[in-house]
Amino acid sequence: MSLEQAFIDYIKDREATINGQGSTDWHQRRRTAFTDFEKLGFPAKKNEEYRYTPISRALEREFGESVTLESPVDSTSVQELLDEIIPSDVDAHVLVFVNGKFQSTLSSSKTLPDGVIVTTLSEAYQTHTDLISQYFAQQTAEPTDSFVALNTAIAQEGLFVYAPKNVVVETPILAYFISDTSSGTSVATPRNLYIAEKSSKVSVVESFHTVGEKASYQNAVSEIWVDANASLHYTKLQPESKQAYHTGTTEVYQARDSRFTGVTISLQGAMLRNNLNIALDDENCESHMYGLYMLDGKSHVDNHTAVDHRKPNSFSNELYKGIMDDQSKGVFNGKIYVRQDAQKTNAFQSNANILLTDEASIDTKPQLEIWADDVKCSHGATTGQIDKEQLFYLRTRGMSRDQATAILLRAFAGDVLENIELDFIREQVENVIDQRLNSNF
Amino acid sequence: MLKITGLHARVEEKEILKGINLEVKPGEVHAIMGPNGSGKSTLASVLAGREDFEVTGGSIEYMGQDLLEMEPEERAREGVFLAFQYPVEIPGVSTTNFLKTALNQVRQHKGKDPLDAVAFLKMMKEKMKLVEIDQSLLSRSLNEGFSGGEKKRNEIFQMAMLEPTLAILDETDSGLDIDALRIVANGVNALRNQDNATIVVTHYQRLLDYIVPDFVHVLYNGRIVKSGSKELALELEEKGYDWIKETVDATA
Repeated sequence: MSLEQAFIDYIKDREATINGQGSTDWHQRRRTAFTDFEKLGFPAKKNEEYRYTPISRALEREFGESVTLESPVDSTSVQELLDEIIPSDVDAHVLVFVNGKFQSTLSSSKTLPDGVIVTTLSEAYQTHTDLISQYFAQQTAEPTDSFVALNTAIAQEGLFVYAPKNVVVETPILAYFISDTSSGTSVATPRNLYIAEKSSKVSVVESFHTVGEKASYQNAVSEIWVDANASLHYTKLQPESKQAYHTGTTEVYQARDSRFTGVTISLQGAMLRNNLNIALDDENCESHMYGLYMLDGKSHVDNHTAVDHRKPNSFSNELYKGIMDDQSKGVFNGKIYVRQDAQKTNAFQSNANILLTDEASIDTKPQLEIWADDVKCSHGATTGQIDKEQLFYLRTRGMSRDQATAILLRAFAGDVLENIELDFIREQVENVIDQRLNSNF
Repeated sequence: MLKITGLHARVEEKEILKGINLEVKPGEVHAIMGPNGSGKSTLASVLAGREDFEVTGGSIEYMGQDLLEMEPEERAREGVFLAFQYPVEIPGVSTTNFLKTALNQVRQHKGKDPLDAVAFLKMMKEKMKLVEIDQSLLSRSLNEGFSGGEKKRNEIFQMAMLEPTLAILDETDSGLDIDALRIVANGVNALRNQDNATIVVTHYQRLLDYIVPDFVHVLYNGRIVKSGSKELALELEEKGYDWIKETVDATA
């Protein structure tokens, strides 16, 4: 059997047992997505969007033989991981999902302002049907990416966040998506929905982990709605295992005067693919996209971003940086669309890479499509090594080669990392730089 | 303290140092002068351990050790300091943080405890006065967007913080106006004592009005062709480097 077929069977089985939800409009969207997925299948070898990341082949190789879509959870090893990565005094809502299932005993919550909803998608299907009906799968209604179609077709569990008008949610919301492979491979398809109503403000962190030695695969989709004058800060972390596979899409819709910041940090993974698509659908929107992929071993990380300027006077800025060691591989593709209507757009993009060995590699490609004639757009991509002159300078002041390298890499990553809102997360990422240098990074 | 014997060095296929002999004792200031391309900066770089240069002959003994066997950071920890002719800009690294790491590295090497934040800041304030450098400059990224004079002052400030045994100033005076030059020279003079030594590499005699050397050496075509007291610098200033070139080329 193939993984593709296993998903199809799984969805068909569920369809047969579904009660009550079958007639809802949002379940119709899942059905449509299922039809799309059946048609599309996993991306074919010659699919241009997956040219440098042959994920379909990898997934079938790792998971095609015997597929378990609902692996058992060993809560002790998950608890150990959480104890290690979350400070005991953390001031945040913490929601933990393991192998696609919400774990209430591992999660914790803080008091929320009136009207704010932080819950699971499965719960929202029951209790917030109006919001689900209005927002769920509305951005992904015409998916061309088969992984998004697959995720929408299943769309069973994930994080649901709603910030009502004029409410500032001070406490960040942290969602941990953990693959527990202690009793075999793990496959999960988290589906998240974040809605920031007019003039509200909210911050969400998604963090993807694998415990155990076996292979894991998460196919995640997050749909984000940023209404007029609202602010949403979004962080996606991938301190994954060497055996982790990931396909993820974050779809962002921005209304007038809204602000969105996305920070994507990838530290390890067998093959990770992140799509970040932002639609700036009105005037005076502001989008910031920051990314850092810092890889060693045979890790492979692919970031595809697309910013769609549809209306005048909006601003987008993108800064993605890569540090590749050993035989690791990075892929960056940044699309900027400026529609004919979107005069006075300011759109900037930069991708900088450091290769630490001859065997590490990066494929980087900016893609600008501009139909308006009064815009400011720029893009740039650089690839190089650690600056020898800087290294020598630091060494003449008494620092070892490793120390000097760590300082330079931290500085290189600094203007991405400074956008991580939570201090403990930023420190964890910085520590990874130091640890890797001590073990021949 | 430092004994250079028959030093030969090349970069790629080009031989630049062709047999340098130089001895520096504690408490001394040596000036190394010479026309452009004579090998002055190469000598400074070789002393600091720059890897672009290959030493093909000779030896350098420093405090009883073989300097050429030491990594750049070991030299620094043992008290060798190079003030760069062109200090590099390092975006994202503040001078303060960088110096704290450097200083504590050197202290650790000497078996001293690292300085805590308070003691470090106190020391920094003291040394800042010495080179009239502003606090705001030190919290910025290292040398990024600094003027030429600010970069050179920052070098001397670092030297003041690290308290080297052997300081090598590589054309620290080039590009400085007279006020900046005076400040830099005052800093260097204030740090002089009986236990340390300074090698001043310069193209211009002007600096030596402010940092008075015990010895002046003229480097030309990879060799020290003339050594003398500080009066040699004045003679050079008067007669120009052509005088040296002609004398040497005539006898060659």
